[in-house]
Amino acid sequence: MIRYTFERLCYMVVTFFVIVTLTFLSMQLLPGTPYRNAAKMTKEQIAVLNETYGLNQPVPIQFVKYITNMFHGNLGYSFQYDGRSVTQILSEKFPISIELGIEAIIIGVVIGLLLGIIAGIKRNTIWDYTSMIIAVLGISIPSFIFAALLQYWFAVKYQIFPVAYWDGPINRILPAFSLSTIVIATVGRFMRTEMVEVLQSDYITTAEAKGLTTMQVIFKHSIRNALIPVITILGPLFVNIITGSLVIEKIFAIPGIGEQFVTSIYTNDYPMIMGTTIIYSSMFIFIVFIVDVLYGVIDPRIRLAGGK
Amino acid sequence: MTVEKILELKNLQVSFETFGGEVQAVRGVDLTLHKGETLAIVGESGSGKSVTSKAIMGLIESPPGRIKNGEILFEGNNLLKYSKHQIQKVRGKDISMIFQDPMTALNPTMKIGSQIMEGLIKHQEISKHDARKRAIELLALVGIPNPDKRVDEFPHQFSGGMRQRVVIAIALACNPKILIADEPTTALDVTIQAQILDLMRDIQEKMGTSIILITHDLGVVANLAQRVAVMYGGKIIETGTLDEIFYKPKHPYTWGLLSSMPKLHAKTDKLLAIPGTPPDLRKPPKGCPFAPRCPYAMDVCIDHMPQYTASSGSQKTACWLLDERAPKVDPPSTIGVGGEA
Repeated sequence: MIRYTFERLCYMVVTFFVIVTLTFLSMQLLPGTPYRNAAKMTKEQIAVLNETYGLNQPVPIQFVKYITNMFHGNLGYSFQYDGRSVTQILSEKFPISIELGIEAIIIGVVIGLLLGIIAGIKRNTIWDYTSMIIAVLGISIPSFIFAALLQYWFAVKYQIFPVAYWDGPINRILPAFSLSTIVIATVGRFMRTEMVEVLQSDYITTAEAKGLTTMQVIFKHSIRNALIPVITILGPLFVNIITGSLVIEKIFAIPGIGEQFVTSIYTNDYPMIMGTTIIYSSMFIFIVFIVDVLYGVIDPRIRLAGGK
Repeated sequence: MTVEKILELKNLQVSFETFGGEVQAVRGVDLTLHKGETLAIVGESGSGKSVTSKAIMGLIESPPGRIKNGEILFEGNNLLKYSKHQIQKVRGKDISMIFQDPMTALNPTMKIGSQIMEGLIKHQEISKHDARKRAIELLALVGIPNPDKRVDEFPHQFSGGMRQRVVIAIALACNPKILIADEPTTALDVTIQAQILDLMRDIQEKMGTSIILITHDLGVVANLAQRVAVMYGGKIIETGTLDEIFYKPKHPYTWGLLSSMPKLHAKTDKLLAIPGTPPDLRKPPKGCPFAPRCPYAMDVCIDHMPQYTASSGSQKTACWLLDERAPKVDPPSTIGVGGEA
């Protein structure tokens, strides 16, 4: 298990560097300059600005500088907000997106697993069909439509929840729920398929032949085995949720990172783009790492194959 | 020797609803299992042997399966009348089962010790500690080396033969009165097969369990069984003691089965087979199910199912050839067993 974890850790570091390097290089290909009034500026003015921000240096030197700074926790200064450091902006907005994402994932996983397990056990009954209709709706209707509908019903018509903003726990419910629909749908459908497959396997018959009750068979033998493949999709799903919360953040006026990211791309705010990418990708890589380790914990075959 | 009946099947009928119509997998099976004996049910694929055993365990999934008729008397009580809860108390405790494929019969994410202990904890209400001790004993009993270490291992750390031993240990955990072995050696290598058969014979001697052995391998039957029931097309067409079935078979299908066994000293290299295929049980034949493939079939065979004719106290055969009006037919010379013919 230790060697397995260590191997995963090494992959993680390598992947991270590849992503950072590629983002840095592809940013050099972006057209335009980061300066708002570049069209009205003289060549000299631009040269002065480039000098100030270090953009006149050769690319490899810029890269090395950037990496060294990164190790000191300095991701540079934003071009759009004068004088504010990228780390400062990220640390302000990022936790909000993360929190929303985590809430959505928790809601989604709990409801999704429940739907999937029920549908799997009560296969080809009204329970199954209802659960799967919910799941298909969740996949095919974009989350911002749910967001708008929820907002209209629960905030405007019945006024149970606030329409927008990020003030208290009650503000979280609508955005987290609308964001979780895709999770409910994906997890639900996946879990159903896995449950159906597991319930037809021979070891379930063995368990039944031991005289265990249906509940014991389901909880002790089925769910754990059905969860293994579901866990692999959770990591990417989580990252998806956080990066995909842009529209939801806009609808509910939530000051998260999603909107910030898009703005920084069309203003050529290099340090912001780099900073956000680094955060996103390290999160992604970290989650994949966690999933790999979890996979090993749940499935002994994987743990031992890598760890002997 | 007085023999006590432990299990009796009376006119058992099991059907499955499929898109193609109702499949009558088992069509009126009568069977008796005595205490401490091994009864082999033989027959080719699709003859209804596995369905019969699953019905005894109450493991026929419904839908699509349905037990249409009959009784399964375990120590005089009809198991078919039991509630789900009641049958769960019999399963694993009084009647347990060994499955065909040891590679898939064990839960891959659970330690084998826990898989053995589950049944013990459920049926004997003993503590985890005691159950674990018993699990180690059982592993030792089925011949697994270092049982106190291996009890904490997972199925993928065991070979196929070792897994089948674990499956047997699970089945034996609560000292069942009846052990149903559904093709216990089919998925194993020949050398391992012999070991598993020896193990089963040993266990039967030690524990006095009655065994129902389901197989299509007549070698296994000869090795283990005292009595044999031959199934074909969802019916039992001949029963008798091992010797009667092997040396004095009366049914042409049994002749066919015995002839198709490869023989060590046979003069020809050709492997004899029974021509044709088993009947389609969606439209079960009115008469004898074997009639279309039977070289001795008469007109009566097509339309009327023969009654059982007893040729000894223990041998019963359902075949019109045994009717007094039928022509005398001698069994073919190819039925001889092993090198003795």
